[in-house]
Amino acid sequence: MAEPPTPDPDISDTEASASAPAQASSDRSPWNWLLIVPILVPLTTPLFNHDDPRLLGFPVFYWLQLAFIILGVTTTTIVYRMTGRGAGR
Amino acid sequence: MSDHIVQIVVFTALFLLVSVMGFVAARWRAPQDLNHLDEWGLGGRNFGGWITWFLVGGDLYTAYTFVAVPALLFGAGAAGFFAVPYTIIVYPLVFLVLVRLWSVSHRHGFVTPADFVRARFASPTLALLIAITGIAATMPYIALQLVGIEAVLKTMGVTGDSALARHAPIIVAFAILAAYTYQSGLRAPALIAFVKDTLIYIVILVAVIYLPAKLGGWNNIFDAAQAKFAASPAPNDGITLNANNQLQYITLALGSAMALFLYPHSITGVLASRDRGVIKRNMSALPAYSLLLGLIALLGFMAIAAGVKPLPGAREGTVDSNTVVPLLFDQQFPAWFAGVAFAAVGIGALVPAAIMSIAAANLFTRNIYKEYLRKDATPAQEANVSKITSLVVKVGAVACIVFLDPQFSIDLQLIGGVIILQTLPAVALGLYTRWLHRGALITGWFAGMGLGMWMLYQIPNAATGRAHFGGSAFPLSKFGFDTTMTIYAGLVAVAVNLLVAVIATVIFRSMKVAEGTDTTTREDYFADATPAASTTPADPAPTATT
Repeated sequence: MAEPPTPDPDISDTEASASAPAQASSDRSPWNWLLIVPILVPLTTPLFNHDDPRLLGFPVFYWLQLAFIILGVTTTTIVYRMTGRGAGR
Repeated sequence: MSDHIVQIVVFTALFLLVSVMGFVAARWRAPQDLNHLDEWGLGGRNFGGWITWFLVGGDLYTAYTFVAVPALLFGAGAAGFFAVPYTIIVYPLVFLVLVRLWSVSHRHGFVTPADFVRARFASPTLALLIAITGIAATMPYIALQLVGIEAVLKTMGVTGDSALARHAPIIVAFAILAAYTYQSGLRAPALIAFVKDTLIYIVILVAVIYLPAKLGGWNNIFDAAQAKFAASPAPNDGITLNANNQLQYITLALGSAMALFLYPHSITGVLASRDRGVIKRNMSALPAYSLLLGLIALLGFMAIAAGVKPLPGAREGTVDSNTVVPLLFDQQFPAWFAGVAFAAVGIGALVPAAIMSIAAANLFTRNIYKEYLRKDATPAQEANVSKITSLVVKVGAVACIVFLDPQFSIDLQLIGGVIILQTLPAVALGLYTRWLHRGALITGWFAGMGLGMWMLYQIPNAATGRAHFGGSAFPLSKFGFDTTMTIYAGLVAVAVNLLVAVIATVIFRSMKVAEGTDTTTREDYFADATPAASTTPADPAPTATT
């Protein structure tokens, strides 16, 4: 690795660690809590463990769980957009 | 066999095509030097969004999934559909956890989850346990891929009199697979995954449009399934869940999701990607496969509506329910298209089998060979040991199928899911906190493993007449509860593992047992790929970049 042109390593160290947090101090974000939704909702089977109403011939137990895939995609996409690069934290 | 000649020709042609691709893959994306574990075992750690999508997708949705999940719906109904919530839950979990593993591995040059545990907790013993758990859980999983191919071959009538003749096609297929994996490493399954998934998407799209039209619509399909389950004497089948298997469904979906990304081969796929963004984007794109899986699962009900009767099993009086989907294709599709469908399943077995054997080989190389046998191994020696180990692993998998009852592999895989979950406290929680003591993690591992094995041993299987290891649904009544409900054994075992680890941590702390030095830093867990970091992946300096 090329030696950086900094005469005083102590100063450059503190500078580096001071500027680093602005870029990526953590991957924590309140948006991450949103990911609990697609984890918990598919597990609430007692709420939709029924045959009726059917949709295109699918009992609700089946079409709703397939619809939860869209829920999962939507939430992970939102969280990615809000926490990804360029979105602050 | 002669009436399946068209299918056999199509199957063989597609199979040979991907074999050629497997060998050519060695030159794909210009590796500088395949004699390095980063190149051979992780494809140069440089896969972008599309390749990762195909690789991880091809890795998680295996040939066995395609035959076993619909077979489960065919036999038990709604309970088999757990695969859908399971693959929904897994992506948000990964989104949170595995990106951190990617970052810390990128900074430190880790190849396996055990590498991470070794550095985080400064414990070669704990790392060894994680590595052994990973290898033990992966081996039967590879063997299961062969069960998938076997179901297809059986349907095409490729059967011989002796055990060896019957398995000759599988042995040939795996010899070819072993040869190109040896040569091309992770690049081979990554390239073949494109073909595999394209074929599977075509087959499924055709199946879910063409078959319901032929079988009188979805209403009719579900009604036929309902009628079958109503007539069967089994208490827990039906097109909806009942009071007994509701908890099992929920815990199995959750437990399987947590287990899935602890499997070494899933981690291999994730570590091979170029940056954090690739992984995060993929967590929103990969659920396209869950939709596919949901539709594939429903092939089980279509088979009921079409009146499919599964072929006889290995032993007298049993049926091989894994042949349900191949038989459905065989009966309902034109011969050439059935051939394409069979090739999709067959090739679908090769991609995960290759990745799994690479993952197991990397574990052996990094955490057993380099740690205990030859500490000063060069990168070239590491790559070489991994290549040879991946061959040994595949020979072992073939031997399992040829010399043992395939049911044995299925049982072992069931155990595999329970045991891989026991690495959760060290690997997944370890990415968030170092609070748990290394000694406590080892104690918890033994507790969870012991309890998990005991629980699985207690579970009988009425259908196959076995007294032990008959499934993963543990009756709560065996814990003394007055109920007929069952629960997924793996989830209980990992809960106890965690509880023991927490209690033991408090004890070890109060006894002031040495903790070892964590060689990772806080920043390592959210570092992203940067030019400087990728040229020196083993450089632990936290602020070396920008």
